[in-house]
Amino acid sequence: MEGAMEHAEQQTHIVPYRTFVRVWLLLLFLTAALVVTSKLWHEALSVWAMLVITPLKAGLVLFFFMHLKYEKTYLRALVFMTIGLLTLVIGLLFFDILYR
Amino acid sequence: MSSPAVHQESHKDYEGSKLGMWLFLFTEILLFGGLFILYSAYRARYPMEFHEGGQHLNVVIGVANTVILLTSSLTAALSIAAIQKGSRKVSILCLVATIILGLAFLVDKYIEWSGEISRGLYPNSPVLAQRPKGDQIFFGLYYSMTGLHGLHVIAGITLLAVMLVFVLRQKITSTDFNRLENAGLYWHLVDVIWIFLLPLFYLAA
Repeated sequence: MEGAMEHAEQQTHIVPYRTFVRVWLLLLFLTAALVVTSKLWHEALSVWAMLVITPLKAGLVLFFFMHLKYEKTYLRALVFMTIGLLTLVIGLLFFDILYR
Repeated sequence: MSSPAVHQESHKDYEGSKLGMWLFLFTEILLFGGLFILYSAYRARYPMEFHEGGQHLNVVIGVANTVILLTSSLTAALSIAAIQKGSRKVSILCLVATIILGLAFLVDKYIEWSGEISRGLYPNSPVLAQRPKGDQIFFGLYYSMTGLHGLHVIAGITLLAVMLVFVLRQKITSTDFNRLENAGLYWHLVDVIWIFLLPLFYLAA
């Protein structure tokens, strides 16, 4: 039982309910903003809004709901590397398909 | 330290277990990432059809599903926080809410797909065969990506239901909750994927 007690002290930081609710409200607001801006007459602006808002929403879920903000640095680094890898591959893809 | 009657303390590696789940999530990100690569390549090839394809989809259900999944992520996170604080009943309530919201998502998806299929918009349909190539690819990607996502929702609900049983049987407690946390991570990823699917298909118009 002593082992379990030591282990309990290593537990992660408990996020208050309040924080989660606030993040949720922000996510709902951003979703509304996304829908509204998608209807804009200015298409380039619509696209930019989407390119900014969508990763922001994903980031909020990753950092707060998935606890990434409170995790050790190496885990955040791994997440960014994975997303970075995907972005890189998509970017490299365009070097090919834009010239076909 | 130990007498013959002492229960063997199983070695649990909280950090290792969590890292293991994250590594699995990376494979999921790359899995869907592969489909996003396809989407970007074909969007660049058929910009008009992809832009207009979204008009055939039901934006209301798409947005409703987004709200459902975002709320289910909230309840999943609350469930974990609750068990960490020792509030078992709150944790169970939130977990049940998460599962119900997940099922609501699937019901919406059924209604949505039924509508599109009844209008002849399904892979290999004669109606789609009449339309330009770009439309066919748009719908092919729509069904593949939202379909694969739907399968992940089903898997997530099943996983959460198993966790619910563990919490009810006190196998998950305030000092041993990382299985619930890991299930929550999977569920949140399902939400993140949908966050990207929404603008790509529904709001493209």
